Amino acid sequence: MLNLNAPREWLRGSAILAFTFMVGGAALARADDLQEAQQLFKAGQTQQALERVNRALAANPREPQARFLKGLIFTEQGKQQDAIDVFAKLTQDYPNLPEPYNNLAVIYAGQGQYEKARAALEQSIRTHPSYATAYENLGDVYAKLASQAYGKALQLDSSNTGAQNKLSLVRELVREPTQKPVAAAPAAKEPPAPAAKEPPAPVAKEPPAPAAKEPPQVAALAPKAPEKPAADPTSDVLQMVNGWAQAWAKQDVDAYLAYYAKDFKTPGGEGRDAWEKTRRERISGAKSIQVGVESPKVTMRSPDQASVTFRQTYRSDKLKSQNRKTLDLVKADGRWLIQEEKAGK
Amino acid sequence: MRRVAAALAGLALSCAVCAATPEDKLSAVFEAVEANQLDVALKRVDALIAAYPNFRLAYLVRGDLLLARARPLETFGNVVKTVPQERVEGLREEALARLRAQRERPGEDLVPRYVLQLNPEQKHALVVDSRRSRLYLYANDGGKPRLVADYYVTLGKNGTEKTREGDQKTPIGVYHVTANLPRKKLTDFYGAGAFPINYPNEWDRRQGRDGHGIWLHGVPSNVYSRPPRASDGCIVLSNPDLLALGRQLEIGLTPVIIADEVEWSDAKTLEAERASLAAALEQWRADWQSRDTERYLAHYSQRFSSADQDYASWSAHKRKVNSAKSWIKLGLGRVSMLRYPRERDVVVVTFVQDYRSNGLSNVMKKRQYWAKEAGAWKIIYEGPA
Repeated sequence: MLNLNAPREWLRGSAILAFTFMVGGAALARADDLQEAQQLFKAGQTQQALERVNRALAANPREPQARFLKGLIFTEQGKQQDAIDVFAKLTQDYPNLPEPYNNLAVIYAGQGQYEKARAALEQSIRTHPSYATAYENLGDVYAKLASQAYGKALQLDSSNTGAQNKLSLVRELVREPTQKPVAAAPAAKEPPAPAAKEPPAPVAKEPPAPAAKEPPQVAALAPKAPEKPAADPTSDVLQMVNGWAQAWAKQDVDAYLAYYAKDFKTPGGEGRDAWEKTRRERISGAKSIQVGVESPKVTMRSPDQASVTFRQTYRSDKLKSQNRKTLDLVKADGRWLIQEEKAGK
Repeated sequence: MRRVAAALAGLALSCAVCAATPEDKLSAVFEAVEANQLDVALKRVDALIAAYPNFRLAYLVRGDLLLARARPLETFGNVVKTVPQERVEGLREEALARLRAQRERPGEDLVPRYVLQLNPEQKHALVVDSRRSRLYLYANDGGKPRLVADYYVTLGKNGTEKTREGDQKTPIGVYHVTANLPRKKLTDFYGAGAFPINYPNEWDRRQGRDGHGIWLHGVPSNVYSRPPRASDGCIVLSNPDLLALGRQLEIGLTPVIIADEVEWSDAKTLEAERASLAAALEQWRADWQSRDTERYLAHYSQRFSSADQDYASWSAHKRKVNSAKSWIKLGLGRVSMLRYPRERDVVVVTFVQDYRSNGLSNVMKKRQYWAKEAGAWKIIYEGPA
């Protein structure tokens, strides 16, 4: 039901965009302790790992990376209440980090406390709207809660209404990328006005106050905080499209699938799982794939909605095709994701 | 102006939510679903479950709302195929019945065709629409029915038209409540109480139908309601509904008319039918009082029968009795007229008969079944009520 690797792959992939949470100015010794603890933990030596973590925490008790690891160690050791305490405290101290919520939820779910798990996961997603692991876990928790509700509806023995949960614990603490200052801002390029493509607003139709309707859109397109350097959104979009095409061509299915939004409209209306399965088979089934993106044209529909139309050339050992394609994109957590994929005009 | 409209809309919405019955609340859940406000729907169903923890249908809806967040639903009550499908089906049917009742109210100007006239002592009448799993409570408004409440009901597993003992069907016909059995006299299965009805009645026995023990009753304490077709023939209401309804029932008086599908009529048509039958009844009374036995007997159908007599023996008996009278005075009071569902133009007429004559005088409660034959009302059954 749940691909345990996928979220971690995704996290690894997004590490390019994100950067590991590190508190500036950490003493070297402490960093060493933490690093060692992580290695010990990976090697399954949880007790030794715990000692190192405690040493690191003795020097800096608030350090989130070490506390997060401590929570993982407790989880691994089956000390669920201790793990809950650690992760819960982390969510209080760092309410913007999605991972502690997620792990808290995984433990709650393991105890059958699905309502608590749900609350934690919903919080995690509120923190990071595109947090894939939390979404998948939340999906499982909803399904579990649904089966409990069905059990009550139908007076079934709810103890056997479904398999044990398979929620994914997150092993790394990753900070949201938007906090990273964006590098160079080519301010010369102006965002394409949506009005340029479509016929201008029918002013004649709405004589009272066309200006009253217009400004919010314009304001939304402009960067919210003037002091923040604005990146050219269209270049982000193009970068994303290239990354998508490359992942496809490299037959890196996990990376490819990570370009699709959670609410991606599958072409045949099939379930996400079914669609992913087909894509996985198709892409990894080919001996080689070449994907070309030619003359792409980006249209910003809102600050976090865009469409890109291009000529796609596809060549594999099985098929050769050229067609126009439009990707409807949505921005979530600083990342452009595909919401719909349309062939032809 | 727009603000006022919005405020009003908000008011209407909040009232839909705060409305008293769980069915209203369930309806508000579906309204939210239709408005694509799944979060609101989930909150509403959670509140509903908190208030009525035994409302199984609410759990089914909750399950769907949660599952919809995890993956697309295939159907209402999207339960895995391994669970007993008839249980899911029962809840689906309940949902449909309840929603339909909420959305398709009887027209304001329509009344059930059955209630031609209530007597002044009958404060209420019940009409059951089997197809819709609905019981309508009518108040007696100067002899005319006025809808005051309606309830979801569970009926027989095998549907309607009971004919045999143990057929698990609900009878179709005109009945009345005969007793009040309080909760303490019953097992938990019957819930808040029970009101037996007089199945089999005169007409049923005449048709050779048997069986017994058809009750209006409540539900066990571990459920809020049962699926539409689940009883052994009884009419089952939720316990709060049974208690509310029970307060309006009068033993021996309150009619319970059970129909397949209620036929509706406008008041004017109904009044015309009532008047034509009332005229026939008055003519019967006058002809009996006049001691013109042949005119009197002309009111009886050839297929007439009483408990122990057919038309021939009845007419012979009446000729003999009437010829011995030098005077008869006949008064009719507390007349009720209830059309029999399913039967073509058969009306149950019940009244108090004040009979005086040289010789015998008595006051009795009498029941007659009148049927329209070739455009004229004829008596096909007569007996004490």
